[in-house]
Amino acid sequence: MREKLEQIKKEALDAVKNVSLEAELDALRVKYLGKKGEITAILKQMGSLSAEERPVIGQLANGVRENIEKAISEKVKVIAEKALEARLESEKIDVTIPGTPINVGHKHPMSIVLDEAKDIFVGMGFSIAEGPEVELTKYDFDMMNIPEGHTVREWQDTFYITEDERVHLRCQTSPVQARVMESQKPPIRIISPGRVYRKDEVDATHSPMFHQIEGLVVDKGITMADLKGTLNAFFEKLYGEGTKTRFRPHHFPFTEPSCEVDVQCFMCGGTGCRTCKGEGWIELLGAGMVHPKVLAVCGIDPDVYSGFAFGMGLERLTMLRFGIDDMRLIFENDVRFLNQF
Amino acid sequence: MRLSRNWLSEFVDIDATSKEYEDKMTMSGSKVEFTEEPGENIKNVVIGKVTELERHPDSDHLWVCRVDIGEEYMLQIVTGAQNLKVGDIVPVAKHHSLLPGGVKITKGKLRGVESEGMLCSLSELGLDKHDFPNAVEDGIFVIDEPCSIGDDIRPLIGADDRIVEFEITNNRPDCLSVIGLARETAATFDAPLKLHKPHVKGAGGDIREHLAVEIKEPELCPRYTCRMIKNIKIAPSPLWMRRRLRAMGVRPINNIVDITNYVMLEYGQPMHAFDYACLDGNKIVVRRAQDGEKMNTLDGTPRTLDSNMLVIADADRAVGVAGVMGGENSEITESTQYAVFESANFNGTSVRRTAMRLNMRTDASSKFEKGLDPENTLDAVERACELVEMLGAGEVIDGIIDVVAKEFVPTKLKLEADKINALLGTDISDDFMVKTLRKLGFAVEGDSVTVPSWRGDVEHYSDIAEEVARFYGYDNIGSTMFKSPINMGGFTPKQEAEREVSRLLRGMGYSEIITYSFIGPGAYDKIRIAVDDPIRKGPVILNPLGEDTSVMRTVSLPSMLEILGRNKSYKNDNVRLFELSRVYRDTGDELPDERIIITLGAYGDGDFFTMKGAVEALLAKMKVENVTFAAKTDASAYHPGRCAEIKAGDKAIGVMGQIHPKVAEAYGLSETYTAEIDFFDMLAHAASDRQYKPLPKYPAITRDIAVVCDNAVTIAELESCIKRAGGELLRDVKLFDIYTGSHIAEGKKSTAFSLTIRSDEQTLTDAEADAVVKDVLAALDKELGAVIR
Repeated sequence: MREKLEQIKKEALDAVKNVSLEAELDALRVKYLGKKGEITAILKQMGSLSAEERPVIGQLANGVRENIEKAISEKVKVIAEKALEARLESEKIDVTIPGTPINVGHKHPMSIVLDEAKDIFVGMGFSIAEGPEVELTKYDFDMMNIPEGHTVREWQDTFYITEDERVHLRCQTSPVQARVMESQKPPIRIISPGRVYRKDEVDATHSPMFHQIEGLVVDKGITMADLKGTLNAFFEKLYGEGTKTRFRPHHFPFTEPSCEVDVQCFMCGGTGCRTCKGEGWIELLGAGMVHPKVLAVCGIDPDVYSGFAFGMGLERLTMLRFGIDDMRLIFENDVRFLNQF
Repeated sequence: MRLSRNWLSEFVDIDATSKEYEDKMTMSGSKVEFTEEPGENIKNVVIGKVTELERHPDSDHLWVCRVDIGEEYMLQIVTGAQNLKVGDIVPVAKHHSLLPGGVKITKGKLRGVESEGMLCSLSELGLDKHDFPNAVEDGIFVIDEPCSIGDDIRPLIGADDRIVEFEITNNRPDCLSVIGLARETAATFDAPLKLHKPHVKGAGGDIREHLAVEIKEPELCPRYTCRMIKNIKIAPSPLWMRRRLRAMGVRPINNIVDITNYVMLEYGQPMHAFDYACLDGNKIVVRRAQDGEKMNTLDGTPRTLDSNMLVIADADRAVGVAGVMGGENSEITESTQYAVFESANFNGTSVRRTAMRLNMRTDASSKFEKGLDPENTLDAVERACELVEMLGAGEVIDGIIDVVAKEFVPTKLKLEADKINALLGTDISDDFMVKTLRKLGFAVEGDSVTVPSWRGDVEHYSDIAEEVARFYGYDNIGSTMFKSPINMGGFTPKQEAEREVSRLLRGMGYSEIITYSFIGPGAYDKIRIAVDDPIRKGPVILNPLGEDTSVMRTVSLPSMLEILGRNKSYKNDNVRLFELSRVYRDTGDELPDERIIITLGAYGDGDFFTMKGAVEALLAKMKVENVTFAAKTDASAYHPGRCAEIKAGDKAIGVMGQIHPKVAEAYGLSETYTAEIDFFDMLAHAASDRQYKPLPKYPAITRDIAVVCDNAVTIAELESCIKRAGGELLRDVKLFDIYTGSHIAEGKKSTAFSLTIRSDEQTLTDAEADAVVKDVLAALDKELGAVIR
């Protein structure tokens, strides 16, 4: 009986080893382990054994059963693994086929730059002030120290809405500054981005409507060094750390002292190229200390407070940033252009 | 402003390379725009003397010359010019020389005879008869000026100069002169400024015996200064003067005209010369023109003047437009015996407007319009007279007429070093400030500063601060961050919402556009807005660039349609765009109401419901509550059967739909969908942050129903009936099918809804769900005649 069990064990393990289908394995399970299986058959003959032999053979039989069961269950796993591998193989796809298109819209390049500028200034504690585009001449000119007779007030430069010149299309976003100063006590820290209008024919670098970002800081003890620090921080954020700037004396009616700010050409690093027209510097911004007359007319005592203001053209920033060589593209809104951003 | 470095060197000596000069001037406020060196393209051209001249053996028009260029041997040069004789002094382009226009000259043979260079004409050197009036234009330039054989030609023809073009800001008209820039240069390089006091010998007589001057408009002409010249001898001016004028971009004409231009360039004071014989009544009257008064200006153009314009007149008629251009009737000619030199000060705005109205901006007017130094007229006229004597152009009659109609009062300021340092954020010494101001011509006594007459722009301590800062160096001012009490910046809810709308729409596939705020009035016709519709009322630009940009838009639709049409014409497929932009509507107030409109536009893939889905998603994400859509048949730009009013509660916040075929056609479009949503109305109906609701504890039961009803019954009507009848257990209703066709009677439709039924108290039984469905079906039948299918 002992030999018989050993025989069964060997036969069964061999058989298990050789099968490759789950169905065959089921058949082997029935053949060896089933109620009518070979081990059961052996156990049924246990009655003919002696009392000493019975537990020994019983134990042996159970061992053989366990061995076979284990072999079968391991084989089940192997077969399942193989089946899975086969399935995965059959499910293989060409991952280089393009994904299902999801059309995501594009941000206008001007908004990309504007949002970046807003985020930088908001990070420095600025708020964003807004105001009307169809504006009173009072805010745009009178309060900005641009008296009657000044050339920008001429009808060939500014769009007028009323014959008496009281209402016009703002030619800068400075009237927003005037409105803020008139209605708000220092400390003031704002930028005023928005559309402005000047009577320029459309060409590659001009448009009768364009966008400015102006800024204003008014408080006790604000200095020209603060103006430099603020703008240097802005340009380093916008164009990367180490960006060099150059502050040159200039003239604006609403600031004194005034300056123009050049940024070292980020294309050539200052050696001179097409972008900077060989100068190594790109003129980007006008700025200065708010003219005491402007402070006073806005109801802020220039003997107590001082401030700085700056202004830049969004189109120019955008065109430089993306290498756009014609301003008309910005307002043409061809999707082949928009899709690039 | 062009500046000749040679001319500048008469007033100030500096020791700096060109680059150092230009960089430092830029940083002290005189920005260099560009530079040029006329001599750059002339190389290896020297002065030579023709020593022999004979016919070419093989030609009847060529000559073979021997030319002495101060070297050991003579050059042999073949020329085709016919104006040479032995002894002529000529420009010689040697072997390997360079001429303007990139012309290279090398040795060669002309009809078998060796030619070791070329003799040059005026034009080959980039010159013309104005530079050398005695030379011929169709032959070799024969030099009749003092010079030495063998010398480089460039100094003689002024090509050894460097021309620097400065950008001069509007506040600094004093820098529109050699002396003004010399003063800036001297201050920048801390070098002495060598000014020259003109000295006129005079030839006797008295100007008052010949002329009287009356100023009728002191505001427009604060000062009028003049002197007279007699025995005028019109001739070319000398080479040095012609060279300087040329370098500054002015064409030499004759000695008298050249002198007036020379003084204008040197002093910045425009001058004018009249023929005294043409002045009736021996007087000059500075008055307003009469309306309709006529005069021919020097350029030969007839001008009609008006009373806003200032003229220089004699007893009867205008002889010049003040500060702009003289009259033809008093022009200096070859026969002029007596001339009047005018050196006057005019009101800048008046000159600018006159020049603009007459459309004749001149060198003089562009200077006057910025407001010139009223104290400069005397020195300038003296300098002109000095030059007349120097050039032998005439004799100066003794006496000066100098009418001061409006006294100049110098500005006095207090030097407040502490205030200046506080403004700049610097620690500049008083000494530096005083020194800087003095260099610029300011008189400083203790803390009292007297502003020079040519610096009308300086009127406040902050102006003084700028003068100090310019020469201290903007670069030397520190770079600090302002210290300010806490003042939190950030975006307002409105600004955040704008960004959110943009993000959402981009996420849905719509790209952002930016369009002009102005449109043409014809755009309203194109979108079929009635002529008398009040929506057309918005700001009108009185001086537009053109008809199509002449009104501020009151609606955003035309801009969107135009951009869609343009993209269509570019054959761009499946376009989806949006714009967040202002419209400008009349309110009766002085300023219009500037509203922000969210405009969506699309053509290509998708239909009405694609657009509606985007609108619904946008409004849902912006937390707009109680959004409904109602058929709108009277929106003229839209398809009357495919247009919806968008409502939040009872408020109409927008409109959307398919563009009317006629409108689409007008923009070159076919099937096009748009939506227009008022941004502020939308925000007004947006919920604030929502509170969390607990998740359902008990399962829901879903029941589908299908009912047949008349076609005219809308889905909105069915849905609202279902919701009402379903009561509080009915949590959601979703349309999932609409069917017409076989098995459904003509004029009817079958609609199918999925109902979600749930209680928060317990798990519902089928019977309880059935009861809800039964109520719904009964109500549908009773209220809308919709019966179960």
